[in-house]
Amino acid sequence: MTDKKDMLHVSYPPHMQSGESIPGVMWSVVGALAPACAFAVYLFGPPVLVLIIVSVISAVTAEASMQFLLKRPVTAYDGSAAVTGLLLAMNVPPLAPVWMVALGSFFAVIIVKQLFGGLGFNIFNPALAGRAFLMASWPLAMTTKWYSFSAGNVLSPDIGNSFGFPPAAFDALTRATPLSLLKEGQKLLADNNVAADRLYDLVTSPAMLKSLFLGNVGGVAGETSALLLLAGALFLLFRRIITWHIPVAFIGTVALSTAVYYYTAAVPCFYLMALFHCLSGGLFLGAFFMATDVVTSPVSAKGMIAFGAGCGLITSVIRLWGGYPEGVAYSILIMNAFVPLIDRFTRPRVFGTRVSARTAGVER
Amino acid sequence: MHPPEHKSATKDLKFINLAIPHSCYLSLQQHAGAPAKPVVSKGDTISEGQRIGIAQGFVSAHVHSSIPGKVADVADILTIYGTRQAVIVETEGAFTASAHPSQPVDWESLAGGEITERINDAGIVDLGGAAFPTLVKLSPSAEKRIDTLIINGTEWEPYLTTDDMLMKTYPDAVIEGCRITMKALGVASAIIGVEDNKRDSYKALSKSLAAMNPPENISIKKLKTKYPQGAEKQLISSLLRREFPSGSLPGDTGGIVQNVGTVYAIREAVVFGRPLIMRHITVSGGAIARPGNYKVRIGMRISDIVDECGGFKRQPAKIVMGGPMCGISVHSMDIPVVKGTSGVLFLTGEEVSFRDYSPCIRCGKCVTVCPVGLLPCDLGNAVEKERLDIAAGLNPFDCIMCGSCSYVCPAKRPLSHFFKIAQEKIQVVRE
Repeated sequence: MTDKKDMLHVSYPPHMQSGESIPGVMWSVVGALAPACAFAVYLFGPPVLVLIIVSVISAVTAEASMQFLLKRPVTAYDGSAAVTGLLLAMNVPPLAPVWMVALGSFFAVIIVKQLFGGLGFNIFNPALAGRAFLMASWPLAMTTKWYSFSAGNVLSPDIGNSFGFPPAAFDALTRATPLSLLKEGQKLLADNNVAADRLYDLVTSPAMLKSLFLGNVGGVAGETSALLLLAGALFLLFRRIITWHIPVAFIGTVALSTAVYYYTAAVPCFYLMALFHCLSGGLFLGAFFMATDVVTSPVSAKGMIAFGAGCGLITSVIRLWGGYPEGVAYSILIMNAFVPLIDRFTRPRVFGTRVSARTAGVER
Repeated sequence: MHPPEHKSATKDLKFINLAIPHSCYLSLQQHAGAPAKPVVSKGDTISEGQRIGIAQGFVSAHVHSSIPGKVADVADILTIYGTRQAVIVETEGAFTASAHPSQPVDWESLAGGEITERINDAGIVDLGGAAFPTLVKLSPSAEKRIDTLIINGTEWEPYLTTDDMLMKTYPDAVIEGCRITMKALGVASAIIGVEDNKRDSYKALSKSLAAMNPPENISIKKLKTKYPQGAEKQLISSLLRREFPSGSLPGDTGGIVQNVGTVYAIREAVVFGRPLIMRHITVSGGAIARPGNYKVRIGMRISDIVDECGGFKRQPAKIVMGGPMCGISVHSMDIPVVKGTSGVLFLTGEEVSFRDYSPCIRCGKCVTVCPVGLLPCDLGNAVEKERLDIAAGLNPFDCIMCGSCSYVCPAKRPLSHFFKIAQEKIQVVRE
């Protein structure tokens, strides 16, 4: 038999293809997340590094074994499972038990991804579904295993005192994330006979906003440095792996709806509160890295904007009125379920027609 | 979308006449429409430029012998359009037509009808690739109200530099061809669209246009280099700001598009009475020893071109007739150049992609690049699951087969191939 190399190949055109590949896309996402992860390790110490390594290895192992068992081509090295593992590790508190994050990774990859058909067929973002699973199963570990800052941080007693916080109220808050500080703070302050409005002054203080932007705050690894996440996101935008549509619609909607909320609530610094909401929590991680997950987001630009706006709205509703301090993860999961519907109503206009491609159903 | 251009290898190489081959394989179908009927038989002695096949019906074109010689056979051969009847001519005798060019005709004194007749006699088809008979394009029905002739000088396919070199080398001839075509169509204005990566062509055409006395209503527009700028519908929409109604033919917008090479051939036919027996092609790709822009006799086989261009310096993995985005890959070196062949590319394994494709990851890149606003990802999934009902609802017949979706797909899915499958399967069901 002749060597395949020496034969002339025939195929339908085009005969050239771009260098972009699925591993290229996925490993770029890993690279884009790396600076924020490294900073989290620096900030919270080795436990975060252990979490990341265990989570990634669990996800990749789960992917490889499931593909082997389901007799699918084993593509665990393509980076998509690594992205899931990394994102999950960035979504659990720094001091969470290691076995818990491993279980989350297994759930994400085995149940949410592989049992739905593998890469390209899953309906929900695996990492976020993994986080929701952990949240439902071990709520205490998911909401209390925060890293405790020492003095000198924005959440240190000194700063609390400078805003007139009684030590009792402050102690209860120092172990929390900025968003839970906002959520629970008002009641605590009222219990201690301090004007609840002082809280707004604290969270919008330049020191607080600067810390949020640079990442010197408590929370999960993925909600620390807005700056480093932004740098990674710019890299993905430059590589054209993500487009601006989802992040801009998502963050824009959060900014707008929170600004309107605080304006109607007669908070003088309503625009700074909107800024606080944009910089805090998992919004940057969610908007740039999780809502933009290609598999679970709409395919057209119009659809992406609708999807991003929906995520922003749900996030704001959960943060402002819901039981949880943070709503990014659930908002994305809820909007994931709407993607087929969004895709159906946001088809691009076909050249030379007034309408978009009409179709009986949406094929996924 | 901006695929790498790969034009530098041949961009500045002047046209060279390739040697006359031993024999020419002249397919009787080198155009869209009905094949021509052979009017010579085995053993006949024929002259250069003699008509050997007569057009059958309106959408068809005459075929002429590109060399003088003896008809070795009239038989079925392999062509890029499939197995077709062809006249095989062995070179013999004198090149009278090339040796004694006829006196130029004063075309301005000819009536529009006489011009189209000369174009028809010369067997001219669209030289840009689709090989649509030019006569058909120049005979729009009266109610279409054609007002503008558009000359396609975009040469949007990577590797190809034929049109670019043609505009640089013969700007006067291109503009004269444009004026002749305007007269044949009875339109008063024309626009030549040139992509901005062809600065020399733009300059050459502008210079020759400025020198014209009296000035003609011809303008040159610089277009942004992007793929697929030169697709007929896209070109009309960028130049005339008019959009095609879906399912319509180009003339419906009042613009007719002709390729640079075609108007050059029109001038040759109308002014000098030369039938279409030669054309300019780009020979390129990493495997060929001497890439370049060449003038070849139609019917010359790929193997003869390879011999003339110094053979292979590396093993070719794919041989493509036309450009790498829309061209046809062939498995045999016996396949001849036809009227619509704009280039022959000998691509190495590194230049082409052989990656296996994987399931769609719904990234939407194909949706972003589709110039027509289709959803290639959804169509590909529907075709894979044999859901023609869904595929039919995704406007598969609006696809212009530019290949942009397949090019960008990170999962390497052959999306434009899926469109082709959908079109053909749906056609079968409808019939």
